[in-house]
Amino acid sequence: MSVAIARPIVPAAGGSFAGGFAWSFGRDLTLAMRHPGETMLVVAFFLLVASLFPLGVGADPQLLARIGPGVIWVCALLAAFLSLPALFATDYADGSLEQMQLAPHPMVSWVSGKIAAHWIMSGLPLTLLSPFIGLQYGLPVDVLGVLAAALLLGTPTISLLGAACTALALGARGGGMLLALLALPLFVPVLIFGAGAAEAQATGLSAAPHFSILGAVLIVGAMALPFAVCAAVRIALD
Amino acid sequence: MTRSLEANGLACSRGVTRLFRDVSFHVAMGEWIALRGPNGSGKTTLLRCIAGLTQPDAGEVRWAGEPVRNAVARFHADLLFAGHLPGIKDDLTAEENLRGALSLRGVCPEPAAIRSALAHAGLEKRRNLPARRLSAGQRRRIGLARLALDPAPLWMLDEPLTALDDAGQALFADLLARHLERGGLAVLAMHHDLAPSPARVVRFDA
Repeated sequence: MSVAIARPIVPAAGGSFAGGFAWSFGRDLTLAMRHPGETMLVVAFFLLVASLFPLGVGADPQLLARIGPGVIWVCALLAAFLSLPALFATDYADGSLEQMQLAPHPMVSWVSGKIAAHWIMSGLPLTLLSPFIGLQYGLPVDVLGVLAAALLLGTPTISLLGAACTALALGARGGGMLLALLALPLFVPVLIFGAGAAEAQATGLSAAPHFSILGAVLIVGAMALPFAVCAAVRIALD
Repeated sequence: MTRSLEANGLACSRGVTRLFRDVSFHVAMGEWIALRGPNGSGKTTLLRCIAGLTQPDAGEVRWAGEPVRNAVARFHADLLFAGHLPGIKDDLTAEENLRGALSLRGVCPEPAAIRSALAHAGLEKRRNLPARRLSAGQRRRIGLARLALDPAPLWMLDEPLTALDDAGQALFADLLARHLERGGLAVLAMHHDLAPSPARVVRFDA
């Protein structure tokens, strides 16, 4: 039997940030397509819970418009949180994570790719759907726009913070509970400024300061948190 | 370019248990060494120490004469590591799993080469099945196809014969022989004897 294995030994191509990022980003999206249920669950949870609130608190338009942005933000946080535990745990359990760590690419590249893929599958659909949910709360059009823009700036930070927490909880028993205790308090600043943006717009103030803070948090998070995730994954694999 | 793997005075403990200390060996091109010892004696941990997944308490590893610590990326570019866990995704097909594992290491063979390697590994008819529908041995055979296609000069494999039938074991021995012929190196933790016999055996005590 002869196969195409009679090649000379050549050094493999060196690693690069782009190579590692593209690899993990593409793979996680492919896996999500194979299993659309998980992404659907996040979206369904968001739609259902956010739609239950108007039924629960009654149809007072002023009250709904007042609580709308906050409720939508909390629902988005919890929905994004739902998909966090699987971010590293399945790769850890089946050995993919150690293969990634032993790849020639810098570790931060594939970690960033995974976080970006998580955002595409959780934060992005929630952001796109938020204006429709906002309609149920009778939010004016300009507030809907601000709400979506704040989610667009805030949800990547949620994915970044959540990734760091889920990496820390890797391998721990009862990791889900630990993850909730670790991550939800860290989401608070994002929640305050995110919901605050829409509220400011509704009361006639400028939403710009809130956007600035959300943007600044996102920049700092995007620069620092992937490295924190790397450190946590390294500890989990040791 | 000559390549060699050298371990000097490696020591590692897990909690309060000291697994091994002062482990030193040397692998030259075209050689493989076997790690042997009872279960739980530290073979897997030694492999992980050398690969850089676990930090050793003492000692150093040199690849091509250079301490690995100083050139981790270069070492990893030359290293093909397969531990207990195969890193196979249940939702991807055998072919996608193979292509993914290779492209992670920067190896992108022609589709025809992938197909022929899978056929050689006995997975021709199953290459488009999701990995969840493969048996344990067939999953291992994805790993064999990977060994055939990845040009990495250094193999570090943990119990590579687990779950393989006689034909699979013979195929592995064949792949290993070709790898060594081309000047490859290998560190294998395993209990079985193989046709290309190991240059050295590192023994572990319980």
